[in-house]
Amino acid sequence: MNGAELTLANVSKSFGGLMVIDHLGFTVKGGSRTALIGPNGAGKTTVFNLVSGVYSIDDGKILLDGEDISTVPPARRIGHGMSRSFQNIRLMPHLSTLENVMLGEHWRRRAFSLARGRRAVEAAKSALADAGLQTYPGQVVANLPYGIQKRIEVVRALLAEPKILMLDEPAAGLNTAETDDLRGLLERVSARGVTLLIVEHDMQFVRRLCDHVVVLNFGQLIFEGTPDEVHRDPSVIEAYLGADSQPKPVQATKTAQVS
Amino acid sequence: MSGYMSGVLAVLLINTIIAYSVFLPAAAGLLNLGAAGFVLIGGYTAGGLTSQAGWPLAPAILAAGLFAGAVAFVLAFPILRTRGVYMVLATFAFAEVVGGICLNIPSLGGATGLSVSTYAGLPVVIPTTVCVGVFVAWLLSTRLGLAMRAVHDDENVSLLFGVNLRMVQVAAFTVGGALGGIGGALLVHQFNFIDVQTTGVLFSIYVLLYVLIGGTQTAWGPVAGALFFTVVPEILRSMSKLDASMKFLETGRFIVFGIAVVLIMIARPEGMITRTLIEKVQGLFRRRSSPENAG
Repeated sequence: MNGAELTLANVSKSFGGLMVIDHLGFTVKGGSRTALIGPNGAGKTTVFNLVSGVYSIDDGKILLDGEDISTVPPARRIGHGMSRSFQNIRLMPHLSTLENVMLGEHWRRRAFSLARGRRAVEAAKSALADAGLQTYPGQVVANLPYGIQKRIEVVRALLAEPKILMLDEPAAGLNTAETDDLRGLLERVSARGVTLLIVEHDMQFVRRLCDHVVVLNFGQLIFEGTPDEVHRDPSVIEAYLGADSQPKPVQATKTAQVS
Repeated sequence: MSGYMSGVLAVLLINTIIAYSVFLPAAAGLLNLGAAGFVLIGGYTAGGLTSQAGWPLAPAILAAGLFAGAVAFVLAFPILRTRGVYMVLATFAFAEVVGGICLNIPSLGGATGLSVSTYAGLPVVIPTTVCVGVFVAWLLSTRLGLAMRAVHDDENVSLLFGVNLRMVQVAAFTVGGALGGIGGALLVHQFNFIDVQTTGVLFSIYVLLYVLIGGTQTAWGPVAGALFFTVVPEILRSMSKLDASMKFLETGRFIVFGIAVVLIMIARPEGMITRTLIEKVQGLFRRRSSPENAG
């Protein structure tokens, strides 16, 4: 399978008078493992919300494999080959793990087909097993621990069989072992050709998993490159990463930018 | 079975059907305080058909369901534009309008009500209720049912996973309306009479309570709710006759009942029957059936 290429072309979005995304343009290459990083409020989640259709864009274009999807209704976008997870867990609390995960491939099913059809259940169970979650299929998700719920969200998005998988802070709140498991899972997904776009604050996770990093600040692109290049770039260090060797300029610039 | 007992049972079963009419929209996150409206539509339609047009009972019940469903379908579009408490008010207003219309159609008997001679006893009510119960359980087990429950939990995320939000909610509301019509058709033939007073505001509130107290997460919820609301007052009534010290229940049983409802709401805020409860019960059975796994 070829992963989808996602391009934001000159995209803008304002909320009231606040321009959250400011003429933003970047490309996530098909099959790449791209990280989207930046300080809090940089607009990372807003990018996800614009691409998935939670918000409509004010200006610009969002291209998925060259096709402008910015006017496609949100419910249809999953059919164009994208799926996502959420920064704060957005599982259906009263549904079981299996039912939550099956929602991922819901868009391909007919309304009156049985939800627990054998093939659908098997597909969902094997996806859960692949993520190490085989022990939880029948349980109502509200009663499960945070780390498990976090991974169920990833499996749900995966079951949509996306060409591009967008994960919003998938490693947040996970312990080291869980983070390693997640990285293993995402590497296997990537090996199938799926494009990964990941918002993540855990830079070690990003460095190990991703081959391309896009850095945002105040809704604008400030840098993109390989993880190593990003770690060396002064503008990124200043805006986001911080550096022990030069704390003063970082502090000073930040204050100046905020005020 | 005594006439009294079979009467109580018939009312319990009819109440269960009407509870399902509110349950389906509630399972999809829609609060419907207009049950009385659909019950009146179904009751007057079926009653009119059997008493004035000479229809047999079964097709009259079916026609009542279809007509109430059609009204619900048309009504769904404006009603679904509202949210939360405004939806409650809109559905409530709908029921009032239906009551007003029925009251002002002379051929339906107006304020004196409509008498029908065809009687629907337990042989009609029991199979109808079973059919409705099986149908609702089947509906919940389909993709549409899964989508309804997903929409109940999170509309926005459901949308992003390709759930046709509007279609799911319209379907839930329409099928609910049809079931309300069927319930009304049974009710009018059980009592051989219907008037606007049969199903007032209080009736709609009770039916919504059946569902909310019983639980909106599984098809067992409305059964439990209807059972609780039908049987507990009857038990309290018979207790008042047992002993002189219980005589206060004769007039005070609704106070006791009201307190019981409040206590249940405190102890089971998501309803008496929840998914978690069923999970626990299933866990108990599994442990009992496989003792080697114990400990």
